[in-house]
Amino acid sequence: MSSHADALPTTRKALRHRRLRLTRDSVSTFVFLIPMLIVFGLFAWFPILRGVVMSVQKTNLVDAPTWVGLDNFARVLADPQLGIAVANTVWFMLLALLFGFPVPIVLAVLMSEVRRGRGLYSALAYLPVVIPPVVSVLLWRFFYDASPHGVFNTILGWVGLGPMPWLQNAGTAMPSIVIEATWANAGAAVIIYLAALVSVPTDLYDAADVDGASILQKIRNITMPYLRSVIAVTLILQLIATAQLFTEPLLFTGGGPNNATLTVLLLIYRYAFTNSLGGDYGMAAALSLLLAAFLALFTAGYYWLTRSWSTSQ
Amino acid sequence: MSATIRRGRRRRGWSSQERGIISGPEWQQPRIRWAVRGLQAVTLLFLIIAGLGPLLWMMKASVTPTQDTIRWPMALWPNGIDLGQLATAWSRTHIDRYLWNTVVIACGSWLSQIVVATTGGYALSVLRPRFSGFLTMVVIATLFVPPIVLLVPLYLTIVDVPLIHARLIDNYWAIWLPAAASAVNIVLVKRFFDHLPREIFEAARVDGAGPFRLFWSIVLPMSRPILGVVSVFAVIATWKDYLWPLLVIRDPNLQPLSVRLPTLQSTTDLGVFIAALAISTIFPIFLFLIFQRLFLNGGGLGGAIKG
Repeated sequence: MSSHADALPTTRKALRHRRLRLTRDSVSTFVFLIPMLIVFGLFAWFPILRGVVMSVQKTNLVDAPTWVGLDNFARVLADPQLGIAVANTVWFMLLALLFGFPVPIVLAVLMSEVRRGRGLYSALAYLPVVIPPVVSVLLWRFFYDASPHGVFNTILGWVGLGPMPWLQNAGTAMPSIVIEATWANAGAAVIIYLAALVSVPTDLYDAADVDGASILQKIRNITMPYLRSVIAVTLILQLIATAQLFTEPLLFTGGGPNNATLTVLLLIYRYAFTNSLGGDYGMAAALSLLLAAFLALFTAGYYWLTRSWSTSQ
Repeated sequence: MSATIRRGRRRRGWSSQERGIISGPEWQQPRIRWAVRGLQAVTLLFLIIAGLGPLLWMMKASVTPTQDTIRWPMALWPNGIDLGQLATAWSRTHIDRYLWNTVVIACGSWLSQIVVATTGGYALSVLRPRFSGFLTMVVIATLFVPPIVLLVPLYLTIVDVPLIHARLIDNYWAIWLPAAASAVNIVLVKRFFDHLPREIFEAARVDGAGPFRLFWSIVLPMSRPILGVVSVFAVIATWKDYLWPLLVIRDPNLQPLSVRLPTLQSTTDLGVFIAALAISTIFPIFLFLIFQRLFLNGGGLGGAIKG
């Protein structure tokens, strides 16, 4: 690449006036690029391509990889666990949408009207985000103790509700994980919404006051439309993140009880790293690609949908 | 006295840009004022219970004898205080060693991320070789690849690094180097460098400064704010990471705290275990309290999303 830049005639470079003439010294430019090229080449670009290639190969760490065509994909799609994992992941995304999506918006709107000490509110909301996920999960696993003396069951006992099985029951395990995940991540979304709320032009509110709008009308007709683009972006990022749920089910339940919290990512992890017959890297790569392709299609469709939605207004 | 200050502040607030959804006249109505204040108090209470509650519980349980914690988990005040648990966690379960491993990993990740982000950002933004547009594009393209696609091939790359054929399992470089391949860092730094005044670079060049001198004496000193953002997020992200160190660091003596904690749980007394959790949380909280502004102004996150 350096020879390529060397060959560049200096006159042409001089014509690009926004660029510094330092480019003449292309050797030093290359020196500055080396760390980025090495690190991205070896640990980003190469593995991405390799992942695509691996999905059509049979790879183990002993023999040379052999071409198997779409066999990995066929085996992934034939795996009865795939349906369970996809259903669980979609169930988690829906639950996360139900809990994790409105909570930060409501909190941010309430917090935006705080005049003094808003920093305290923000700091409290953001605090769980900086705690290592492993610590939160292990702590919450103790909170979710299913005995009547568990932390949450003690609190439920105060109001006369019976002990809940939390993580030990197939029906309540996933909602329990969602509550913890919402607690751990909502703060980041609150901060984003708060920043957007502060940037709402105040003359819009002034104009609404002149027209005699009530507070709720102002929220509905000014605040929410103004937040719409931020909400759209945050929502899709949240959905992409929830589709890749891993640490929580691994540490809370290991995918149990009875595969009720087996997610797609956990399945990929099982294919590659906890297979007693040695890692099936081809299957793991094939499922990773399927998930990535689905997320890409999903994002594109979502983008198209929200675009027409906001222009129709 | 405080009332007059509050009123003065409020009047100033309403007249200028500081107003929000609620207008001055609306605020004058006692009904609305009390409703809003009530809502805000409820919000604060909720945030204290939800945000601070679990942490306070953890701090309490880390100095409460195990039997007390198991029998009365929600007791406000323990029967006895057992500071020994913290000491036991620190020495007997080797939290000190694992914490040190985490610190070493975090420092290395920080350094490699800073080196790659600043040199790469400088080359792409200031030096701008002919192919910089293409390079920027392929760097940004990695943002659109979900991390999961990388997981397995990246692991195999670490097992046998191409070209040099090294095995980086149980080697901290296996964490430091991939951490530096962060497109977010490059984009943030490049964008910051793009906004530095070009006249200064020209002046430095006229004074005879070469690209290295320009980088070290002018660009780096001017970019402290963005380096702060990248540094804090680099350290916190490394501290929080679990899956990657679990895969590439197999030797328990080398593993960071986050990887060791789940395996410690089954073999450790509950009180000591929660003390270990508390110890591993102190540093990130400390970092957050010091650099609150960086986190809460959304400098890293919001900027990255809007970009």
